[in-house]
Amino acid sequence: MILTSLEVDPKEFERRTGWVLKPEGACKGETCVPLPHDMGSAALDARMLSQRLGMPLVHDGDTDIWCLGPEAQGRALTTAQAPDLILPDYQGNSFSLSSLRGHKVLLVAWASW
Amino acid sequence: MWQALRNELHPAGLEIVTVALDANPEAARVLIEQIKPNHPSLIDSAHRVDELFGVVNAPNGVWIDEEGTIVRPVEPASPERHAPPEWRRMADHPDIPEQLRETLKLATGIRIQGNEYVGALRDWVARGRASGYRLTPAEVMARSGPRGKAEAQAAACFELGQYLWDSGKRDLAPRHWREAHRLQPDNWTYKRQAWSLADPFQGPTELYDSCWAADVKKIGPENYYPRLKL
Repeated sequence: MILTSLEVDPKEFERRTGWVLKPEGACKGETCVPLPHDMGSAALDARMLSQRLGMPLVHDGDTDIWCLGPEAQGRALTTAQAPDLILPDYQGNSFSLSSLRGHKVLLVAWASW
Repeated sequence: MWQALRNELHPAGLEIVTVALDANPEAARVLIEQIKPNHPSLIDSAHRVDELFGVVNAPNGVWIDEEGTIVRPVEPASPERHAPPEWRRMADHPDIPEQLRETLKLATGIRIQGNEYVGALRDWVARGRASGYRLTPAEVMARSGPRGKAEAQAAACFELGQYLWDSGKRDLAPRHWREAHRLQPDNWTYKRQAWSLADPFQGPTELYDSCWAADVKKIGPENYYPRLKL
């Protein structure tokens, strides 16, 4: 998740990472990690998220851009529930993988290279 | 190449979604428009599928059932039976550059298990929950790729490099991509994308410590895609 400052918008954080912010903390699948209670709906601190959720925070010194990476929890999948992948199609229209519920899906990654 | 399989299996309830991992979406779009697919054909320059599903090479596939549960995690996914025969012919041509010859010779040694993979897919589409190829959630998680600190940091470095590339600060991207390569050397999508932007044949350049042919030689082309565990 690209950040221009260390303040993270909670809604954007949920949308981008699949973590859900609940009273008990940040939750994904069976996992809930307590977060500081005094945040309300204010911005989250990227360093706190990085430390609590095991998400690497990397920085580009020339541009002062940050990137908060995925949580390091041992395996790429910590739940078998498919994350909602939202990407543009080749004509530029937004497509959500969850729109295919009710179908079996084969998701194939490829490239021209 | 997925279009024929999609047409065959769509009436039985399968949809195929292709995701192109190209930094330059135009390169993928040109190929997609030649095929005119009738299935969703997405563009993923930042390699979200690496982060979200654990994709590490292309082509890689994931099966998802009607309820949105992953029933097979990332694995090599090819509908082809063998490497294109023209690769061998081109490799023997006297006039091609040596770098390309070496790459083509290695590429013809890559293990491709399209028959087995497509056979398993057809079985799952026909038999659903009764298919032996459908894995339990515990198996799916256990078989998904490793995501320790190094792999997580590699994903962040790759995404940061891609953001800088997309923002026009292209000279700032390679140092983050080099770091992603160092942290997760078995993620070929990070390497192939970066190499291909520096050299269309993914040969050696000053920007990166290695190249496709050198890294494939290290592991042997037969290990470029891990053997399917069906």
